Amino acid sequence: MQAVTRYLRSLMLLELFRGLAVTWRMGLAPKATLNYPDEHTPWSPRFRGLHALRRYPNGEERCIACKLCEAVCPALAITIESHNREDNTRRTTRYDIDLFKCIYCGFCEESCPVDSIVLTDVGEYHMEHKSEKVVDKQQLLAIGDRYEESIAANRARDARYR
Amino acid sequence: MIDQLLTLIWTMTKIMIIILPVTIAVAYYTYFERKVLGYMHSRRGPNRVGPLGLLQPFADVFKMLFKELIVPTNANKFLFLLAPLLSLAPALAAWAVVPFDDWLVLADVDAGLLLILALTSMGVYGILLGGWASNSKYALIGGLRAAAQTVSYEIAMGFALVGVIVLAGTLNLTAIVEAQSGNIFTWYWLPLLPLFVIYFVSGVAETNRAPFDVAEGESEIVAGFHVEYSGAGFAVFFLAEYANMILISALASLLFMGGWLSPFSGIPVVGDTFLGEGGVHWFLLKTAVFCFLFLWFRATFPRYRYDQIMRLGWKVFIPITIVWIMVAGVFRVMGWFGG
Repeated sequence: MQAVTRYLRSLMLLELFRGLAVTWRMGLAPKATLNYPDEHTPWSPRFRGLHALRRYPNGEERCIACKLCEAVCPALAITIESHNREDNTRRTTRYDIDLFKCIYCGFCEESCPVDSIVLTDVGEYHMEHKSEKVVDKQQLLAIGDRYEESIAANRARDARYR
Repeated sequence: MIDQLLTLIWTMTKIMIIILPVTIAVAYYTYFERKVLGYMHSRRGPNRVGPLGLLQPFADVFKMLFKELIVPTNANKFLFLLAPLLSLAPALAAWAVVPFDDWLVLADVDAGLLLILALTSMGVYGILLGGWASNSKYALIGGLRAAAQTVSYEIAMGFALVGVIVLAGTLNLTAIVEAQSGNIFTWYWLPLLPLFVIYFVSGVAETNRAPFDVAEGESEIVAGFHVEYSGAGFAVFFLAEYANMILISALASLLFMGGWLSPFSGIPVVGDTFLGEGGVHWFLLKTAVFCFLFLWFRATFPRYRYDQIMRLGWKVFIPITIVWIMVAGVFRVMGWFGG
């Protein structure tokens, strides 16, 4: 008797209809995918992306060539050379970051006494040639100038937790 | 002479009038498939090329056509190039006898159903030859699987159609649809419900679609029979597969769902409005629903194992169809359901 009911039940394809109901429901459910280049998931202000060197509002570069970031960098990605400028302040002549060596740990930013080197929330960048992996001081300053607004805003949003 | 020429031109025009919409329908069927699968996977599907991604099929077609057609060194070149055409030709030729409306049919022949049965089984020769001519083990296995599967399900499908023939008493597709006229409950899906289900499932198996797609079986034999095909050859196989799916859907709506008849006719209030009128739009709507079922199945069911397919075909479908043919005979003798 049990065999007969089982046979009849399998003929009614109940499990198959249940499966179809699941896919039908999923078809009507909201989609998880974002239209990526047009839409973004929200990014944390602490996101550690591309590096930048910041300036003071008067245009003076913040970096004082203390080399703390170079010392703390676990991947040895930072190379700094310095000299004394005409006004007798110590400044960098060379500030290179090798983006392929960098592990984006953010220690350089943590160690910086003048908030000069920062990691921006720019996560979408690329290089077209291997030689572009090393960004020099001018490029870093340019990145800082370009994103200063969002860098400052992100620092302000995160200030109370620092 | 001139008369014959005019007849020829007129016939060619009529053929084009059917083939072109079918080809465009195939193109948009692939788009529809990707959208439906995407939605059922919680994705969005193609939406980059053109508004809502509507130009995606054309992008795909041009990509395929501009790709290199690679013929493997050890392949039988003649058969390798012939095989895609062999699978496409029957899929398109069968449309000749499909009636879109009671007056809209290219060839209103008396043995239309027989012709369709013959042509749909021809399609597998293209797959088998393609698999053999590629001279690749995966392609050969895929081709053989397709052949075995088609042979098995052809029987169940034929028997399912015998039930329709018994009730309608004719092989002419137009006459079969007209024999169903009345209301939605005189269509043959109700008296022949098991045959209807078996016909459609066999149709899915005949076209080698999921969950019966062991002939392609990505996880086992890469892509099955078309593993060595690239560019235009692959595109033609693709076209044939989707044309066959649309054909099976069209036949399901003709044989079991009353073709161009309106589901509202015979219902008191709604049936008297324009909704009660039969017409080609009902036929297209029913076909589209069946086309959607193909995709819904693909999104839902995992692939059958090869021996399970054979068991289902031989030990489940064929016995059920034989029993129900007898039931249909009883309906016929007793004069229920049109008879």
